[in-house]
Amino acid sequence: MRYIAVFILALIFWLLITFRFTVPNLIAGSLAALICSAIFARYYFHNVYKFLQPHRYLWFCVYLFFFGWACIKANFDVAYRVLHPRMPIKPGIVRVKTTLRSEFAKTLLANSITMTPGTITVDVIGDDFYVHWIYVESEDPEVYTKMITGKFEKYIKRFAE
Amino acid sequence: MITIILICIGVLFNIFGCVGLIRLPDVYNRLQAATKCVTLGCCSILLGVVFHYGLSDAGFKALFAIPILFFSATVAAHALIRGAYHFGTKLGEKSVKDDYKEVVK
Repeated sequence: MRYIAVFILALIFWLLITFRFTVPNLIAGSLAALICSAIFARYYFHNVYKFLQPHRYLWFCVYLFFFGWACIKANFDVAYRVLHPRMPIKPGIVRVKTTLRSEFAKTLLANSITMTPGTITVDVIGDDFYVHWIYVESEDPEVYTKMITGKFEKYIKRFAE
Repeated sequence: MITIILICIGVLFNIFGCVGLIRLPDVYNRLQAATKCVTLGCCSILLGVVFHYGLSDAGFKALFAIPILFFSATVAAHALIRGAYHFGTKLGEKSVKDDYKEVVK
């Protein structure tokens, strides 16, 4: 089941990337997708039936909008810090805890953290995220956990867990 | 018109990223500027390409380059910053906190 899901996704991706819907291209794409699913499928999608639940797609769209907005904000934030004559930075590495369980959700959260204002995920060990923060605004773990992960966690939990 | 605006925004953000790369004090802060500004700058340029070509094959390819760029940029930033830390690069003088030190022996 898992192999079929990866195969279909890889084939769709191939067709969109090459954008030529001829028979030889379809055969080449199937071969490539077959190889991909044979090698990588064991690492992904421990529960394929999640794909068939429509509310997950809805939350994914909400998350995408939210993520785009955070990205744009991140850019203006970095641009401001770089162009300011005195460079208002106060960097540090902080540890934040997450309540997410699955590996896939954690990966998404780590990527989201990297794209949000002033934070980059350095490492993930178990439930702890080590995050490099360009301006440490608070020393209180509860406050900064909420600032860094809080807003994304609730969306990711709804569609990826 | 919208193409030109988007590409200009993209180039502007790429320039900000490069300025950050030069001005910021240490490798960790430089990566912050490099990943964020350059990623969104490139996305903006790609969106400009999408608007220029419309929904033809070049447009679709540009559109699909955006998520790939996002994932590869974040993973590359994570790999570089973790590699720099394990290599033993010190955090800059302005740094106030380092929780990661206890884990890396």
